[in-house]
Amino acid sequence: MAEPVVQLSGVTRRFGQVVALHDFSLEVPAGTVTALLGPNGAGKTTTVRVVTGGLRTEVGTVRVFGLDPLRHGEQVRERCGVVSAKPALYDRLSGFDNLLYSARLYGLGNTGPIEQAAARFGIEHALGYKVGTYSTGMKTRLALARAVLHDPELLLLDEPTAGLDPESSRAVLQLIDEMAGGGKTVVLCTHLLLEAEGLADQVVVMDQGTDLIAGSPGELARRFWPDLVVLLDAEDRETLERARDFDGVSAFERNGHAVVQVPELSVVPDLVEFLTKQGVRLTRVEPHVPTLEELYFAVRQRRRPV
Amino acid sequence: MNTSRMFTVLRTDLKQLRQSRDFWIPMLILAGLFFIVFPTILLLAVERAGQIDLVRQIGETLDVLPRQVQEAVQGDTPEVRAQYAMAVYLFAPLAVVVPLTISTAIGANTIVGERERGTGEFLAHSPASEREIYIGKLIASILPGYAATLVGFGIYALIVNTIVGPDVGGWFFPTPQWWVLMLWVVPPFIALALSVVLRISARVRSATAAQQASGLVTLPLILVAYGQSSGSLLGVGGGGFWIGLVAWIGAIWGLARGARSVSRERLLGADHRA
Repeated sequence: MAEPVVQLSGVTRRFGQVVALHDFSLEVPAGTVTALLGPNGAGKTTTVRVVTGGLRTEVGTVRVFGLDPLRHGEQVRERCGVVSAKPALYDRLSGFDNLLYSARLYGLGNTGPIEQAAARFGIEHALGYKVGTYSTGMKTRLALARAVLHDPELLLLDEPTAGLDPESSRAVLQLIDEMAGGGKTVVLCTHLLLEAEGLADQVVVMDQGTDLIAGSPGELARRFWPDLVVLLDAEDRETLERARDFDGVSAFERNGHAVVQVPELSVVPDLVEFLTKQGVRLTRVEPHVPTLEELYFAVRQRRRPV
Repeated sequence: MNTSRMFTVLRTDLKQLRQSRDFWIPMLILAGLFFIVFPTILLLAVERAGQIDLVRQIGETLDVLPRQVQEAVQGDTPEVRAQYAMAVYLFAPLAVVVPLTISTAIGANTIVGERERGTGEFLAHSPASEREIYIGKLIASILPGYAATLVGFGIYALIVNTIVGPDVGGWFFPTPQWWVLMLWVVPPFIALALSVVLRISARVRSATAAQQASGLVTLPLILVAYGQSSGSLLGVGGGGFWIGLVAWIGAIWGLARGARSVSRERLLGADHRA
């Protein structure tokens, strides 16, 4: 099996009395999108900074591309692209000069693909203007262009859509999709669950510097909801109680409509037939795939699945 | 060390300074006042004042200078001798004050400014090493002050040669001691001051605090530089060389220690989180 691109093991980092990361472990396989989910202060930004060698750890080991970023920081950082929570751009310089600065630092010289990177995010027309005159969305697009200028193998995005308009948010999500499609590795820190929905191959829910749970969204959903969840509704909702009598139903909840759990999808037609025979006039039968949001709150409410 | 990356940091910092009119216009005015306006007014005042108190007082001041210096003062009349002494000796410390002031102002903001603007995050995640960043920023802080001083010095030389030169037999300035001062004594004093200022800039929380702390810390250094620059002109037997040598040793020691003050954690502002 290929070595993970990012491997954190038992990492602890404090800032004075505040514990930013506590015994935190993370593995990011190559070519995957990993979403770090958690509220503010969960340790997501600290994780990104530890990965690039920007921060030291007190305990634990960090390996990125198999290298220690504190000892081989230059080699690690050359292969990383970072978009931080604030765009971190030079307001007094033009967009072009900001990209040129990055191109030179990453060894691309003056001939880096500046125009192409800007065009990719639709800001090529604004390259000549000072960044101080850019809107928030344009700044984020420029920061994205800068992050991918040197074609990094690992892209670290820290709350990249915070405060963005829908168009700019979409540009960010498209970038992640493109990067993942091109075999790159992406780590996305966010507290916006919709952002990670459908993109993440792996989800890590963090809180107070620790990983509450990690795995693929499907795998985590199965851990929290081992059976298939089916939404049922009927003309007479009281008649939905009869679903309790069906052999395959392992859990039943009523909240106006009914939410039942059955072992697998193939049981659903039998359930429908059973209820019909019982005189229930169904208006809705919807097998439900739990959303990342539901998963996130389930994790945070229960802390650990049973 | 990757010199290309170091020069990239240096060039970008200089480019940002060029874009900051609100910074460099006051600094140009400062250099203009010290190198052009004040000397011109004082030299012309002496020339036109005749035998009044100012000239007499300068004449008395010359009496306390070392014998070799007194012999070096040229001019047949008290006015010309006073002008010569002012041009060569009195304004010497200005050559130190101007670059120190400009470079300190730039240096104080250089690292804390990255942190305040959030751009420290970009540098911290970039492949540039702390040393490349430090040296790039150090040179970017030194160059504008020193360049302004050299240009000002050139204009100052033109002014004093034009006003005083005809009375002392032609162009006389810069004297050898002034070359020593400008090329050997002034640079290490700027470097020494910046070694302190950059350490402050890396440690404080805001640019305002950096400016205030740098002002307090470098004021004694400016006073020492002021005295030593006069000494390098007035001193005999290669005084300027020895003063410069000591300053260089101090500057190299200070810069070596200062290089350790720039860290990625400080660029990220993580050293202040708690």
